[in-house]
Amino acid sequence: MGMNQNRRVVCAGLVLAPLLAIASPVLAAGGTDSEREERWQDLRQSIFGERPVEDGAGLITLEAPARALDAALVPLTIRIAPEHRDRIAAVHLVIDDNPSPYAAKASFGPAGDPAVLRLRVRIDGYTNVHAVAETKDGQLHGTVAFVKASGGCSAPIGVSDEVAMQGMGEMKLRPAGPDTQGEATLLIRHPNFSGMQMNQLTRTYTPARYLDLVRISQGGQTVLELAGDISLSSDPAIGFAYRPGEADAFTVLATDSDGASWQESFPIPAHTQ
Amino acid sequence: MLQYGMARRRLLQAGICLCGCLAAGTAAAVSAGLVEVAPGVLVRRGPDEEASAANANGIANIGCIIGDDAVLVTDPGGSLADGQWLRAEIRRHTDRPIRHVVMSHVHPDHCFGAGAFLQDVPEILGHYRLGAALAARGEYYQRQLADLLGDAAAGLVVPPTLAVGEEETVLDLGNRRIRLVAYATAHSDCDLVMLDETSGLLFPADLLFVGRAPSLDGSLSGWLAALDRLRATGAMRAVPGHGPAIVELDRAIGPLAHYLTILRDETRAALAAGRTMEEAISTVAMTERDHWALFDDYHGRNVTQAYKELEWE
Repeated sequence: MGMNQNRRVVCAGLVLAPLLAIASPVLAAGGTDSEREERWQDLRQSIFGERPVEDGAGLITLEAPARALDAALVPLTIRIAPEHRDRIAAVHLVIDDNPSPYAAKASFGPAGDPAVLRLRVRIDGYTNVHAVAETKDGQLHGTVAFVKASGGCSAPIGVSDEVAMQGMGEMKLRPAGPDTQGEATLLIRHPNFSGMQMNQLTRTYTPARYLDLVRISQGGQTVLELAGDISLSSDPAIGFAYRPGEADAFTVLATDSDGASWQESFPIPAHTQ
Repeated sequence: MLQYGMARRRLLQAGICLCGCLAAGTAAAVSAGLVEVAPGVLVRRGPDEEASAANANGIANIGCIIGDDAVLVTDPGGSLADGQWLRAEIRRHTDRPIRHVVMSHVHPDHCFGAGAFLQDVPEILGHYRLGAALAARGEYYQRQLADLLGDAAAGLVVPPTLAVGEEETVLDLGNRRIRLVAYATAHSDCDLVMLDETSGLLFPADLLFVGRAPSLDGSLSGWLAALDRLRATGAMRAVPGHGPAIVELDRAIGPLAHYLTILRDETRAALAAGRTMEEAISTVAMTERDHWALFDDYHGRNVTQAYKELEWE
């Protein structure tokens, strides 16, 4: 990416929520293995401090395409092995070479199930993607996938800003198929402007405006709380698992970086067994 | 937009320098010359390839229509180099003034050659949404193209000077009337369709792909509706955006309508069965794989687009 965009990135970094504000310099996509490792160690330090990230083999997996079909919409799936699910408090997603690398943090509540988390992200260049599981006692276990992509963060959304913002905050809950109990996908209409997309009328960059928090709960108990960032694709989709509870509805609260908020309720898909 | 990224990645993998050293001489590598598909209608058949330094992004079907008084360019090409090649070829056939350049839609393989015709001071026509689409995407495309071809060969974004609306615009090239109309969102959000009254040839641009995998960048349901509208024009023959230089319209629409219908129906079925996007990408419409050149380069992205469009139904 060009220098212009790197400057944009710095600007975008300043307005991010404190959780996600990482002032690391952006390296050009590419680089040697040792540069990538150095980059990751910088990020790890910024996000997790002195805590080591252990090899998460057998505990956490990350499914990502080796080559993105659409750099602005790369589907990722993070899974936690059954025997470890009760120990996991959160999952962190880091796209190392993205302008704002800390893409998401999903925290699981009492009604949540860390078994699976599906997100769609923007990927700006060739990069490592790290998924890190955090246990309730603060241990970290990570895994990594390498993804080849180009320009996902600056790619135009494809319609005008005005059209992209139509219906902002509309939501839909899609249950998983009959073979998959206890999973659903939440869709939210939101352009999730990255701050790196050109506004067609003003010829300036559309300011970053993105979903920064999505909380899904059932009967007052949190299922999942997702802190998001500009790396989530427009019209974010969150695939999640949940534990069957007493309540018959999910409540979803979503807020964005401009302070707008939306709330919806959805019937919990019936378990057939 | 994907095509440029992919081609670039391949070059990078091959260790080829993209720093502009390939800019020179690319026009010479552009495929075969102009073919006269009807009296006064010249078309260059774009090869079924991804954009590359070797083809200067000259991959779309481009050409011109020649009237008694003036020449109209039917898409100026995929880069400044490609446009320069086209202009030189046109000048081998006619010295009549180039008064109109039509940009059929926003994709760079169709419109980045416009800079080669600025010396003719033509009217540059596009869908009424093309200006906005180019303003939003032009710089992004330009950067990707410059990475691939070098700055000199890539060319700059040229905005349209005349917006074509949903009511027909009629041009007269001198005893040759051309009718243009803006379609609703289909292949892209700014598809322009043109009819040459003299030859009866329809120019649906990328609303019609023949033999080469289509790319969906607008609306799947909109594209299927647009195909019905193309049929309803009653035109017998057409110059598709990609594929042979000239085709029988109705026969050519069939396979594309089939692909898009299968894409829609199987994506809907995948959604109804609760399948994930990744599962849909690896299963939907794979029966079409042997029927289209560049299928693997475009199909997965088409499923992604279809899934994203249809999951809100």
